[in-house]
Amino acid sequence: MSAPPKIHIENVCKSFGPKDVLTGIDLDVMQGESVVIIGGSGTGKSVLLKCILGILTADSGIIEVEGQDVNRLTANDRDDVNRKFGMLFQSAALFDSLPVWENVAFGLMQGRHMGRDEAKAKALETLGQVGLAKEVGELSPAELSGGMQKRVGLARAIAGSPEVVFFDEPTTGLDPIMADVINDLIITCVKDQGITALSITHDMASARKISDRIAMLHHGKLIWIGSAGDVDSSGNGFVDQFVNGRAEGPIKMELRR
Amino acid sequence: MNALAVIGRVVIRFLEHLGRVTFFTLTAVSHCVRPPIYPRLIGRQMINIGYYSLPVVGLTAIFSGMVLALQSYTGFARFNAESAIANVVVLSITRELGPVLAGLMVAGRIGASMAAEIGTMRVTEQIDALTTLSTNPYKYLIAPRLIAGLLMLPLLVLVADIIGVFGGYLVGVYKLGFNPSVYMSNTVDFLEPLDVISGLVKAAAFGFIIALMGCYHGFRSQGGAQGVGSATTNAVVSASILILTFNYIITELFFAV
Ligand SMILES: Nc1ncnc2c1ncn2[C@@H]1O[C@H](COP(=O)(O)OP(=O)(O)OP(=O)(O)O)[C@@H](O)[C@H]1O
Ligand SMILES: [Mg+2]
Repeated sequence: MSAPPKIHIENVCKSFGPKDVLTGIDLDVMQGESVVIIGGSGTGKSVLLKCILGILTADSGIIEVEGQDVNRLTANDRDDVNRKFGMLFQSAALFDSLPVWENVAFGLMQGRHMGRDEAKAKALETLGQVGLAKEVGELSPAELSGGMQKRVGLARAIAGSPEVVFFDEPTTGLDPIMADVINDLIITCVKDQGITALSITHDMASARKISDRIAMLHHGKLIWIGSAGDVDSSGNGFVDQFVNGRAEGPIKMELRR
Repeated sequence: MNALAVIGRVVIRFLEHLGRVTFFTLTAVSHCVRPPIYPRLIGRQMINIGYYSLPVVGLTAIFSGMVLALQSYTGFARFNAESAIANVVVLSITRELGPVLAGLMVAGRIGASMAAEIGTMRVTEQIDALTTLSTNPYKYLIAPRLIAGLLMLPLLVLVADIIGVFGGYLVGVYKLGFNPSVYMSNTVDFLEPLDVISGLVKAAAFGFIIALMGCYHGFRSQGGAQGVGSATTNAVVSASILILTFNYIITELFFAV
């Protein structure tokens, strides 16, 4: 065996009260790999990311980062592990009391103790990468459109040059051109900077483009994991239905008529 | 049988709550005394609590001092003890009304805003985002507020004491016709350092309680705008009740001295 996987997830379960959201997730993400998780709305994709980040605690199962079981870590070691992570929240979750550039520079200044000027320069550069002008840096998050907030969140996630980035729907709410710019940015992060990426998306074009492997979450389990090229010929009825976006198929939307 | 179950449930709920508050307090205090501390954030909170509460606290104090002089005149004139009014005013203000009224006013002003701000950060995932940027929310959000509350309330109360006594003086001299210098000497001569000190000790405790309740309820709020709303209510109500409770406890402690 060579190096352990960057992230190793084994039989992770999570329920909220009587509601079982995750019922045994197994997934390995290797160093420098880009994995995309697809799956219906409300199946627990965001919950899975939050469990890995330690924002939620899994009810059972093992989550290892570089071979270290994160549930057994002390608070300080947990902070050290989190320092390797960057996260784009589905809702962007920008700090509305701070201007945009301080949002992006936050991890640099607080986590890495970089000076204010240096951090600001780096923040503006990162904002440029997500297609936002310098002037945007001085605005407050409330003054931005939804898509702009998403991009600021993305800039914040990658500004600290993390080793692993989690993207929760990076292209949702963006126009097709900007979505493709973001796809390219994610590819650059993975290919050029060797960042490991675990993303969630509903956007199949984006999923095909940015991923090495795709995993499909359904009813609390990853029912299919395969390389991005195989997603159209998976032979799995659930995946076929999802990829082609058909209302008819094995996945029954729970509608009441 | 059923009544027993209800009582048991209530007791368990209460103990659970008590345990949570205690744990929260201990964690927060431990972060107050361990580096890194954020002087900039503490400063901002101190201005917010101290400076911006001055008008509210000042107005409360001056009217309380004035009404106190009037009311005690009504009572004391009945057995020719008018000369004790100055003394009654200064003792009531410094030992009791200054800290309690300032505490209750600040609980409404600051406790509510802390709960609303932190609660909003919680439900919009901003607190989760903090942890992913390797910043401990206890350190970044809670500790500065606790420290600022603890330090600023005594200062506020000192100001309130002076303004309250001045209010009594105004009524005593201009309405009740006391000689100004006699009124002043009556105020100062019988005042002991312990009167003022016990009031300031109370103020420090109240400042801590207000910030603690604001942070605690905000931090635990869930479920969107409604959750933030009830967190705000709970913060103000619990802070007010705790202020009155601890007011008695601290008074009794000093009573023995
Ligand atoms: N804090 C919580 N408390 C209770 N239930 C929750 C909580 N967070 C998520 N859930 C439940 O877990 C399920 C999965 O939520 P999650 O946010 O992971 O969905 P998702 O797969 O990310 O969906 P989407 O694609 O719409 O973002 C949902 O049904 C939701 O009701
Ligand atoms: Mg989601």
